[in-house]
Amino acid sequence: MSETVAAPITARPAGARKTLLLKTIGALALGVVVFLLPLYLSSQYLLVLMWVFTGAVGAMGLTMLIGQAGQLSLAHSFFVLVGGVSYAVYASPGDKDTIGFGLPTLLALVLAVVTTGLVGALFAPISGRLRGIYLGVASLSLVFLGFWLANQLPSIAGSASSGRYAPSLKLPGFDFGEQNPSLYVLNVEIGSAERSFWLFAALTALAYVAGRGALSGRVGRGWRAVRDNEAMATVMGVSVVRQKATAFAVSSAYAGLAGVMVVWWYSGLMKPDEAVDFGTYGTTVAISYLAMCVIGGLGSLGGSILGAAIVFGLPQLLPLLNGSTSAGSLSGTAFTPVVITNLIFGALIVLIIMFEPRGFAGLGQRIVRLVRR
Amino acid sequence: MSTFLQVIVNGLGQGAVFALLALGFVIIYKATETINFAHGSLVLIGGYVAFAVKPHLGWLVAALVGVLVAAIAGLLIERVLLAHSRNASPDSLAILTIGVDVIILTEVTRRLGTAAAPFLGDPYDNKAMQLLGLTVSRTYVVALVVAAILIGLFFLAFRYTSWGLEMRAQSENREASALMGIRSWRVTASAWAVGGALAGIAVLFLATNDIGGGSGLLSSHTVAFAAFPAAIIGGLTSPGGSVVGGLVVGLANAIAAQYVSLDFANVAVYLVMLVVLLARPAGLFGKVEQLRV
Repeated sequence: MSETVAAPITARPAGARKTLLLKTIGALALGVVVFLLPLYLSSQYLLVLMWVFTGAVGAMGLTMLIGQAGQLSLAHSFFVLVGGVSYAVYASPGDKDTIGFGLPTLLALVLAVVTTGLVGALFAPISGRLRGIYLGVASLSLVFLGFWLANQLPSIAGSASSGRYAPSLKLPGFDFGEQNPSLYVLNVEIGSAERSFWLFAALTALAYVAGRGALSGRVGRGWRAVRDNEAMATVMGVSVVRQKATAFAVSSAYAGLAGVMVVWWYSGLMKPDEAVDFGTYGTTVAISYLAMCVIGGLGSLGGSILGAAIVFGLPQLLPLLNGSTSAGSLSGTAFTPVVITNLIFGALIVLIIMFEPRGFAGLGQRIVRLVRR
Repeated sequence: MSTFLQVIVNGLGQGAVFALLALGFVIIYKATETINFAHGSLVLIGGYVAFAVKPHLGWLVAALVGVLVAAIAGLLIERVLLAHSRNASPDSLAILTIGVDVIILTEVTRRLGTAAAPFLGDPYDNKAMQLLGLTVSRTYVVALVVAAILIGLFFLAFRYTSWGLEMRAQSENREASALMGIRSWRVTASAWAVGGALAGIAVLFLATNDIGGGSGLLSSHTVAFAAFPAAIIGGLTSPGGSVVGGLVVGLANAIAAQYVSLDFANVAVYLVMLVVLLARPAGLFGKVEQLRV
């Protein structure tokens, strides 16, 4: 995917300190707004935003893999599944039907992310040998494999009919699943919805900052070298195999974090899909993640948040605006929110590739350039 | 033994349908270097139109209309969308076809709604027949025969007509063939039309109880997914390879469904593909990309 332009390495211009100051102020203002949001929004809308954050974290991982390391993957929903399942196994105490270690939840979270990253690295023998579309279809097989394994192993992934439960995050002195909250901010009771919203926002911010750090440093330069020309990268002493493996590992780790967030979003329910095409971890979701990256602009972290807002946010938001409560499904001949969203994001993908291959990130850059002129 | 032979016939019958799909896929890839992720949608759109006109015109006319519509749909995707995004790389165009696929899949599924599952295999579906002492479903045999004829015709055309020559020349070297007076747009447009038509024929066998299963046309998009591994196993640049890949996929699917479990059949196809890719990263008969520095 060579249409994304890497940020050129330039000497710091004279106004750098001023822009840095502006950026810090902007980030702080954004932080305050996000902190105050749960005080004004009802929990329904918080759930929509949390779903967007979940998609954004996953899409950031995929956009780094495709846009920066140049490797097409259609397996992202598989890694989301791995993340969710491993968190459930590490964190829940386990009973007669399910295996569980009952570890502290923070440790379980970290372990789940690491485990998913390792699974991604295990794909290296295949990803290292394949290129472009061959890699895309090969990775698609992971989604089918994951679907089958999850249905074969109900003691690990939970049964496809009822699933299994994993606890919410508990930090010392702060339980994100608090049922009887005694904390008030501005006279608003901070219950589990508000707490989870802060958690999701913080995780997204963390993922964004970590991603920015990786991309602007040595890691990102290595990925872009491999993306632009593998032979050239080898000549310059960049190990192509290692770069591809780390890209897959980092991207899967992000998907793993998204997987844990999915489980939390469903109030701790981890349930494998009943069909491989429609569901939480199926092929449709894998394509949705790809859609987020394309809509946001391949390789752009900020763009992937916008992509998530469209692809994951719209189907949740539309029924709320309509006043109906169910998200609807792909059945009946009505234009359900899911149908409308699918049509919108399908059309967006087509239009973006045709007219602005750099997605909304490219549009944003154009606008900035117009304003500066 | 007779079970095994039955499984083989079933596998070959399914494989023939996958071969039709994979062949269309490879033709499109050779002409435009684009992976057509909307192939399942070409299947779906042909099947939907055939199903919609079937009560009015009878099965045969409906089938012809469906094939025609699928061919036109392929043509339109190429002429309207791909031809106007010249600057995009082949990989981006593949993502564009994903967008097309999402739109068509959503719209057709919405139109089919929750009504009774649509089926298209009236003359042969759910009918057993005797073949050399074996009881087999008629669908598999008809599919095998039809596919064999069509694939034979395609290879004759590919080898002996000027269209086939233009096609081969262009996939060899686009610029040189254009300089030789081959009209590039005609080759690519016809490739998409042929790919669409083959998908339109395949759906006549996919939307049946025998191959597609209980939900008929609704599941044929998912079943058509198996054309990707089929084309990849054979190698994306090789039309002959796609036929082999289709048969491998059909056999792997049928054997796994019979001897392991129905759920495992889908996975088995992809596992076979992974093994092939590990041994030969460009598929069995695909052209290995030379890297020039």
